[in-house]
Amino acid sequence: MAIDYIPRSFTIVRDKERCIDCGCCVRQCSNECHYFADDGKTVLADSQNCVACHRCVDLCPTHALRIEKYICDYRENANWTAQYQQEICRQADSGGTLLSAMGNPKPYPIYWDKILLNASQVTNPSIDPLREPMEIRTILGRKPERMTVEEKGKSTIKMPPQVVLETPIMFSAMSFGSISLNAQKSLAMAAKNLGTLFNTGEGGLHPDLEAYTDHAIVQVASGRFGVHKEYLNRSRYVEIKIGQGAKPGIGGHLPGEKVNVEVSNARMIPVGSDAISPAPHHDIYSIEDLRQLIWSIKQATDNTKPVCVKIAAVHNVAAIVSGCARAGADIIAIDGFRGGTGAAPTRIRDNVGIPIELALAAADQRLREEGIRSHVSLVAAGSFRCSADIVKAIALGADACYCASAPLIAMGCHMCRTCNTGKCNWGIATQRPELTKRLNPDIMHQRVENLITAWNHEIKEIMGGMGINSIDSLRGNRLMLRGIGLSEKELQILGIKHAGE
Amino acid sequence: MSIKAGLRGFEAVNEEIKQELLSKDKVVVEQVNGQRYLGCALDTGKTLEIHGTAGNDLACYLNGGRIIVHGNGQDALGNTMGGGEIIVHGHSGDALGYGMRDGQIYVRDNVCCRGGIHMKEFRAMKPVLVIGQNAGSFLGEYMSGGTIVLLGLNLKRGEKLFGTHCASGMHGGKIFVRGAFPKQNLSPNIKVVSLEEEDKKELEGYVKHYCKYFHEDYESIMNKPFKKLVPATSRPYANMYVAN
Repeated sequence: MAIDYIPRSFTIVRDKERCIDCGCCVRQCSNECHYFADDGKTVLADSQNCVACHRCVDLCPTHALRIEKYICDYRENANWTAQYQQEICRQADSGGTLLSAMGNPKPYPIYWDKILLNASQVTNPSIDPLREPMEIRTILGRKPERMTVEEKGKSTIKMPPQVVLETPIMFSAMSFGSISLNAQKSLAMAAKNLGTLFNTGEGGLHPDLEAYTDHAIVQVASGRFGVHKEYLNRSRYVEIKIGQGAKPGIGGHLPGEKVNVEVSNARMIPVGSDAISPAPHHDIYSIEDLRQLIWSIKQATDNTKPVCVKIAAVHNVAAIVSGCARAGADIIAIDGFRGGTGAAPTRIRDNVGIPIELALAAADQRLREEGIRSHVSLVAAGSFRCSADIVKAIALGADACYCASAPLIAMGCHMCRTCNTGKCNWGIATQRPELTKRLNPDIMHQRVENLITAWNHEIKEIMGGMGINSIDSLRGNRLMLRGIGLSEKELQILGIKHAGE
Repeated sequence: MSIKAGLRGFEAVNEEIKQELLSKDKVVVEQVNGQRYLGCALDTGKTLEIHGTAGNDLACYLNGGRIIVHGNGQDALGNTMGGGEIIVHGHSGDALGYGMRDGQIYVRDNVCCRGGIHMKEFRAMKPVLVIGQNAGSFLGEYMSGGTIVLLGLNLKRGEKLFGTHCASGMHGGKIFVRGAFPKQNLSPNIKVVSLEEEDKKELEGYVKHYCKYFHEDYESIMNKPFKKLVPATSRPYANMYVAN
């Protein structure tokens, strides 16, 4: 019946003067949009399944292809938009929960774009990072309450385990299963060369990544996939995943189709079985229970690993962060509602949670007020698009940031937001061998390193402009920030003044 | 020589146990009063004997070691264990064997809610949970592999073999139940089937172990019929979503 027809989103435009019918696009498109005509020679396109991933556009040797938005107008209605109508059509058809990928695409305020940075003029000098030392080394972990020294000046404090990073930028959790092994390996290699960390997500650690365990954050989620003594001990730190910004209050669900032999080995479950991580950890129903899991990990690792608790940014985030700190977390990662995902129920992704900017500012403020800010390191997550976003996050109180979408874009991701289909033409969010082999870790790690190296330099430049030569002096330094076009309330929560003040 | 736990905190007790285990294969801890994480990640070849009430997360991440509790266990006993054996001469609290991937747990008496939740198997790793008396609600929730045996011994009048929402979300593994059980407490996705020859053989082995550990009579246990609970589908949520 035609009632289920949903107009396509894009049109593939082929410049016939340029096209040489080589068939490159036919081979590249996993959505099977391009095909040979009956003559076996002429290449044609059916745009119905096009997701605008640009694989064909980028690889076309004669640049004959262009994707344009396909507009099939509905009667204008600010309330009943085409999107809501189409979503209802999909659900009327299937009875299914709507599933989407990547971060919240709705036009909610992006506070990074409403915060301006400071620079020095006359009264204190700016610093040129090309000629002067500029410190962006970042150290995560619980800091002791106070220093005590013996007579000769040597510290008598037993330091809790610390993690030294050469940049405040880490890679966020993306499990093997949600992304390909080649994508994970590229991040692992980049993390090692950059002196930072990648995060296994909740999918266990694949044996091919054992060389990178000093740069691995390993995750413990409610399904406990691949979690065992060695897994915990072969890591830089352990992260308890309570929530994810893209789907607060919702668990993970890797469908059986994506659990191939390799994924099954890492997760330690049979091939083809669903990997279900429900929303709650069933041994955590309270802050006290969280304390129990934190300490069980510390016991299993002889207190050698910091334990991180990752939560989604939700309404009472400040109080929750305080609770996590008191439960013994050494690092707390807060994931804002624009954070990415391989798959999340659309309604959750688009409606639940709060922006990282507000959550981070509120959490940092609360920890300071309670005098426990030094007990934990704060890691901000949930969509950092450029180095300026990172600088603003650090000035709002973050110790470090988790980035995932940006390095994926460096590896070819074009934000087509169909990760959940498992057909990623760039070999990132797929387990199909013919697609994953398109992503060569030996090349891609370099692109990721280039990106972070460039961002590192930009961070140093911005800091230098402020007259700051150490990232520690930027941390929580909200005097370096001014709001633009924000209400009193927003300024109050962010803890910043308005531009001009 | 044994270690006296007394009223000391878990860190001190566990540290002492760890030190003892460096030179010994078996350590006995007495006067245990709910200290947590006893036997945490205990390796193959090591044995820990506990007298008293073992605290939460007993034998978490158990790594092949053997734990004998002369007393009761509390919550999350055998949490995320990867192998080994736990024998409890008493009962256990909630979330027993959470996410256990291999090894065996024998509990003489009853267990509370969410026993065997998230039990999973992988290749030769097949976890086993044997419960002498009965179980609370949500037994075998999200279970995706392994075996639970529920013997129903010494049930008082009115006591049921398991609580509500039994095997909710279960999508792998099996649960053997002995005697009468409350069908109304089963989750809708669960099938009740008879034991195959292979199942019988497997079950006999576990029951023999149980009888040996707790001095029960094998014949009288096997005299009552067993049934097997299995999930109707291994993909209970396969058609839940529509791509948007």
